[in-house]
Amino acid sequence: MNESVKSVLLVGVGGQGIIRASDILSAVMMKAGFDVKKSEVHGMAQRGGCVSSHVRFGRKVYSPMAKEGDVDILVSFEKLETLRYLKSLKTCGKVIINNEEVYPPSVNLGEAEYPSDAIDFIKKYFKDVKVVDAIAMALRSGDKRMVNTVILGVLSSYLDIKTSVWENVLEESFPPKILKGNIEAFRLGRGV
Amino acid sequence: MKELMSGNEAIARGAYEHGITFASAYPGTPSTEIMDAFAKYDGVYAEWSPNEKVALEVGIGAALGGARALVVMKHVGVNVAADPLFTVSYTGIEGGLVIISADDPTMHSSQNEQDNRNYARSAKIPMLEPSDSSEAKEFIKIAFRISEEFDTPVFLRSTTRVSHSKSVVELEEPEAREEKRGTRYDPSKYVMVPAMARPRRIEVEKRMDKLLKFAETFSENRIEINDTKVGIITAGMPYNYSKDAFPDYSYLKLGMVHPLPRGLIREFASKVEKIYVVEELDPFIEEQVKAMGIEVVGKEVFPYTGEFDPGIVETAITGNHTGEYDPSIVETDITSNGGVGTDLPTLALPSRPPNLCPGCPHRGLFYVLGKLNVFVTGDIGCYTLSFMKPLKGMGSCICMGASIGMAHGMDKVIEEKGKVVGVLGDSTFIHSGITPLLNMVYNKSNAVVVICDNSTTAMTGMQEHPATGFTLQGEVTKKLDFVKLAEVLGIENVRVVDPFDIKNTRSVIKEELSREGPSLVISKAPCALLAVKQKAIGRTPLTIDPDKCTGCRACLGLGCPPISWKKLEDMDIKIEKKTKKQDGIAIIDSSFCNGCTLCQQLCSSGAIGEVVGDE
Ligand SMILES: Cc1ncc(C[n+]2csc(CCOP(=O)(O)OP(=O)(O)O)c2C)c(N)n1
Repeated sequence: MNESVKSVLLVGVGGQGIIRASDILSAVMMKAGFDVKKSEVHGMAQRGGCVSSHVRFGRKVYSPMAKEGDVDILVSFEKLETLRYLKSLKTCGKVIINNEEVYPPSVNLGEAEYPSDAIDFIKKYFKDVKVVDAIAMALRSGDKRMVNTVILGVLSSYLDIKTSVWENVLEESFPPKILKGNIEAFRLGRGV
Repeated sequence: MKELMSGNEAIARGAYEHGITFASAYPGTPSTEIMDAFAKYDGVYAEWSPNEKVALEVGIGAALGGARALVVMKHVGVNVAADPLFTVSYTGIEGGLVIISADDPTMHSSQNEQDNRNYARSAKIPMLEPSDSSEAKEFIKIAFRISEEFDTPVFLRSTTRVSHSKSVVELEEPEAREEKRGTRYDPSKYVMVPAMARPRRIEVEKRMDKLLKFAETFSENRIEINDTKVGIITAGMPYNYSKDAFPDYSYLKLGMVHPLPRGLIREFASKVEKIYVVEELDPFIEEQVKAMGIEVVGKEVFPYTGEFDPGIVETAITGNHTGEYDPSIVETDITSNGGVGTDLPTLALPSRPPNLCPGCPHRGLFYVLGKLNVFVTGDIGCYTLSFMKPLKGMGSCICMGASIGMAHGMDKVIEEKGKVVGVLGDSTFIHSGITPLLNMVYNKSNAVVVICDNSTTAMTGMQEHPATGFTLQGEVTKKLDFVKLAEVLGIENVRVVDPFDIKNTRSVIKEELSREGPSLVISKAPCALLAVKQKAIGRTPLTIDPDKCTGCRACLGLGCPPISWKKLEDMDIKIEKKTKKQDGIAIIDSSFCNGCTLCQQLCSSGAIGEVVGDE
């Protein structure tokens, strides 16, 4: 295996801004001098399906997705989706979880239960688990839609990249009107 | 300048840098973004054609007129375009012609996972296959050079992972490239009647000979010698998976998958001890190498189905395979991804299937169809999602346009009349529904056809089509009128319904089912996403009064995302039971209700009303 390549997997539900977040993360890593590849499955994201996006960086990256059991950091925008992708993590992998629940149709129809003890289950198998209330922080920055920027802030504290690189990329990614709020959201996340 | 680009963006960029100014296509995942991106470059002409056959014919015409033409489609689109494809291989072109086939191993968004390398071989057309965005940008240029040098159409094959993954690309300045546009009369080359086609057929073989020689020295067919115990022959994205899993092995990386460089393969085979062929889907390279008498390991250990990843390649090569093809091994490889992971227990988690959007016009129509005692031959588009519970509004889906022919065939063989409805989207109807509709008139069908006209190609991301009134590049154009078209085809019963009116939609379809002769119903309302884009909704979200809801579950039958069920025992507030059996109430998450009123129409207790104030 190519040991020097690091893999981040972002997962969640359509509409949570995951693709945007993984684009920003990839741009940051490229600016920081790494080779970067990213790959996602988003065919029907707009229609409420799952979304997952691999971002891999290192001196030279071949595959745009990590093999199962080889992801360093799992960034989950939704609790249930964390469980779905746990197997992708290394034994010593780290988990960031946005404490949000989005019910799938079967739960909405009362045919299935939404798992109630997800966080405890995850903590049983992984040491480094961070649960954040990204929606609250996004609301503090002015808009619920900035959840993805908050989560990027949280993720940034796991990666050894200067704040200025992140903020430069944020500046390029958002129109001036919503930039200030997003920078604030990012800083809130980074401070967690 | 460096930029992160998807494979699709890189193909568009490469074409632009190479001075390409003409492209035609029909949308289809994973190919669509190539045209979306290309159409935005300065000075180019780009069109959505009504289907892939037309797109290719448009490209052939442009190429015979001296242009360098790019034609783009998804893998199954090549089936539609196969007729002109096989013969343009005989004629060759004047300018240049490159056809992109975007294949979809694993069927992320397709009805099958056919391996279009087989088309290159059977139509005798060279095929290049890039492995990432940087190669995609380079290979499109090479493809045009080959097309011109060898007077041949050229395939560029992508797969979903190449098209939709992003990697670093070095941008270059576009080069203006001269074209000799004009017409040239040359029936011996372009009129493919038998007497002319026979000599051209021989030219094709001569061209393949020349291409075989070219392949031997083509710099993108390259040998990377490392550890010589194991050698891997591969192409496209599987090269990356293999390099990731086995950076130290030796490689023969093929940039051109048809024709194969036999000399180079022999040379590689003489340098390494054991050879694996790593390729997704069919044993395309493997069988040809085996036919050369070279011993290689391929599908004995690799899956025939689905896309690979580094884990699948790793397990296949290091795993305990008996050497026999064992489908059960392959199955487990795919579902477990072959990785090690931790010893996590397997969890049964509720799945998250895609669903029709809140306010989708398809929902009302398929609610009605699902409740009628009819067989619905369906088609491909967003509306295909309605086959699922609770709508269950569709009984078949084969390929684009199949719904109408199938409805007619089924109507002819079943005894009871008025039992078959064919349903398809507006873009699908234009793609390949007009001819079978004419057939229904000609051959006296009694089936009913419904066009779900949402004024866009929603499934693939809202592309324009001949009935939207706009071209790909945003020009205003003529708008096809379905009603007039049906009349001209000879359909006497043409009805237009609003699918947000359940009662009327039901009665119109029932009426048409009871009638003699073919009927066409146009179910007309714009796509919910289109309405948002045009800021044209202006509807008020709805809410359910818990004191009026009787828990009858009628609204849940719509499968609308904002509507959910809450058991009385889980409620924070106390709710009076309206019936003895009531055990819960329905709830609407008003924050994403679109206010389409379907649920309100189904509610017999009047519990659903508009949200008042800023609730
Ligand atoms: C031959 C072929 N070309 C393209 C596609 C990709 N594709 C699937 S559905 C569809 C069109 C859907 O549009 P429409 O019929 O208007 O239905 P909507 O999604 O808007 O409901 C396309 C282009 C395909 N499956 N097969």
